[in-house]
Amino acid sequence: MDEALKDLGDYIAAALPQDVIGTEVAVGELMVTVRPASITRVLTFLRDDSTCLFKVLIDLCGADYPEREARFDVVYTLLSMSQNQRVRVKLSVGEDEPVPTATGVYSAAGWCERETWDMYGIYFADHPDLRRLLTDYGFEGHPMRKDFPLTGRVEVRYDETQKRVVYDPVKLTQDFRSFDFLSPWEGMNEILPGDEKANTDEEEGAEST
Amino acid sequence: MSEVAIKNMTLNFGPQHPAAHGVLRLVLEMDGEVVERADPHIGLLHRGTEKLIEYKTYLQAVPYFDRLDYVSPMCQEHTYALAVEKLLGIEVPERGQYIRVLFSEITRILNHIMNLTTYALDVGAMTPLLWGFEERERMMEFYERVSGARLHAAYFRPGGVHQDMPAGLAEDIYAFCESFPKFLADMESLLTDNRIFKQRTVDIGVFSAEEAMDWGMSGPTLRASGVAWDLRKSQPYDVYDRMDFDVPVGKTGDCYARYLVRVEEMRQSLRIIKQCLDEMPDGPVMTQNHKLTPPRRGEMKHSMEALIHHFKLYTEGYHVPAGETYTAVEAPKGEFGVYLVADGSNKPYRCKIRAPGFAFMQAVEALTKGHMLADVPAVIGSLDIVFGEVDR
Repeated sequence: MDEALKDLGDYIAAALPQDVIGTEVAVGELMVTVRPASITRVLTFLRDDSTCLFKVLIDLCGADYPEREARFDVVYTLLSMSQNQRVRVKLSVGEDEPVPTATGVYSAAGWCERETWDMYGIYFADHPDLRRLLTDYGFEGHPMRKDFPLTGRVEVRYDETQKRVVYDPVKLTQDFRSFDFLSPWEGMNEILPGDEKANTDEEEGAEST
Repeated sequence: MSEVAIKNMTLNFGPQHPAAHGVLRLVLEMDGEVVERADPHIGLLHRGTEKLIEYKTYLQAVPYFDRLDYVSPMCQEHTYALAVEKLLGIEVPERGQYIRVLFSEITRILNHIMNLTTYALDVGAMTPLLWGFEERERMMEFYERVSGARLHAAYFRPGGVHQDMPAGLAEDIYAFCESFPKFLADMESLLTDNRIFKQRTVDIGVFSAEEAMDWGMSGPTLRASGVAWDLRKSQPYDVYDRMDFDVPVGKTGDCYARYLVRVEEMRQSLRIIKQCLDEMPDGPVMTQNHKLTPPRRGEMKHSMEALIHHFKLYTEGYHVPAGETYTAVEAPKGEFGVYLVADGSNKPYRCKIRAPGFAFMQAVEALTKGHMLADVPAVIGSLDIVFGEVDR
C-alpha cells in the first residue's frame, strides 16, 4: 500500500516538477505539497490524468499555524474511485495572499472555500460568490484562527426596551480554564544523581508528576 | 394584449420549516412556481465544534461527534476513534471491532428509518413515520443498554468501545433482526408502489454519475446515481472485510432511486448484524494499554498503579504523536471523515470534520433548479440532511 502511494507521489512530482514542492507518505496516506499559484493546474492534472483520476473533491479546509511566516495551510483531500486512492494536497499562504479558486475544477469546492474564507480569512481569488457561510449575518473576525478567543467576542440577548435582539461584549462569570498539561519533567533527559537506579522511561516520568 | 415582464418572486423557505429537517433558511428565486435560483443560508446551528475540540483532550472530544449528525451518532464516533487509533498506531481487540461494526449497522438502520419515514411524511404519507418510530425506539433501547444513553452514546472510544455488551443483549438484537423484515415489508407496501409517492419522487432531483462525483456526493446519494462505491467494501475498516453483504446501486439517480437504495441497505445491514452476532469472539473490548484506556473499577480498588492511570487519563489524557491523518467511514448518510492534526500534545491541533450533508446541501441548487416549489422539500428529504452535521 505504502509502495503504491510512494510511486504515485513520485509520478505526480515528476509530471509537475514546477508546481510540486514535495511528496510525503505517512501513516498510509500520501501528501503532496504544492505552490499556491499552481493549485488549479495541479488539481486539473490530478482529476484528468489517467493514472490519477481523482474525480471527487472530498474536502477542502484551512489550518492555522500563527508562528509561521506563511501562517495558513489550505488542505485539499481528493478521492479517486477508479484507483481506490486518496491524496492530500497542501499549500501554505500568508495572511494577505490570495489562493486561486478550485471552483472551476470541482463544483464541490464552492462552499468549502466559502467556509475556509469565513473561518480563517483565506481569500480565494476569482471565486464566484465568496460570502460568509457559517457565521452570523454581520459577523466580524475569523473564528477558527488560533488568536480568536474560544468564547468569541460578542453575545446576544433579547432587549425588552428596544424590542429586539442586541449584541453585547462577552461577559463570563468564570474565566475559561485552560490547564497547562505540558509537564516540565517530560522534556528532561539528563539523569540526576541517584536517578540512574530508577526506570527513566518517558511514560514512567509522566506518572510521577 | 402586450406582454408584461413579471419580476421574479423571492421566497424565504425557513429558517423554521417542518420540511427543512432543521434550521435551514433557503432563499428561493421563483418564476411563478418554478425555482430559478436556490440559495441555502446555513450556519444557524453552528456551534463551533471544531474550535471546541481544539481546546479539549482527545477523550473529551468524543461526545462532540454524537452531536453532529444526531440521528447516527455512533458512526461518527467511529471515524474519530479510527483517526486517533491511526495516529497512535494501536489495534483494537477483535471483540471490540465486532461490537463496533454491529452498532454501526444498527445506527445505519436507525438513520435510514428516520430519513425514509420523515421523507414520506414530507411528501404526504404519515403512517410510515408512526410505524417506523416504534422500531427506532426498540433499537435505541439497544443503544441504552450498551452505553446508558439513547442518543448521545459516547460509546466508541479510541482504543475500542467503552464497555462490553450486557448479558442477553445479543439474543434480543437477534430477535429484533428476525422481526424487522416484517416492518420493512409493511413500509414498502405503503410506499414503493404508491402512486402519490412515485409522482412526488420519480424523476425529481436527478444527478448523473458524473455530476454526483463533481459535487462531492457520497453514500446512498452517490450510489443511487449508479456509482458502486462503498467504503465498507473498497476501503474496509475494523472487521468489515470479513462481512458478506451486497451494495445496492440505483439506476436513475432521482429521489425514488435514493429511497430504494436506502431500503435495500437496511436489509443488508440486517445481514451484517446477524453475521456479527454469529462470529463475535470473546475477549476484551478495549486495548489493554492502560496509558490509553482506563482500568476497570474493581482493579482501581486495590492497585495503586491503576488508580494513577485512571487519574492521569481523566485529567491530562494521553499524548498523541505529531502527525496528520484523514480517516473516513461509510456513515449512513455518506462519507464522514475527520482530518486530524496532532502536534504531540494531549489536544488535537486541528480537527476538520467532513460531513456528507455539507456537500448535499451545496448541491441543492443544482438539484432543484427548474423544478417546482413543491419538489424542493422532496429533494431535501431525499438527500438525508441533518443540520447538526452541516453546520457543525
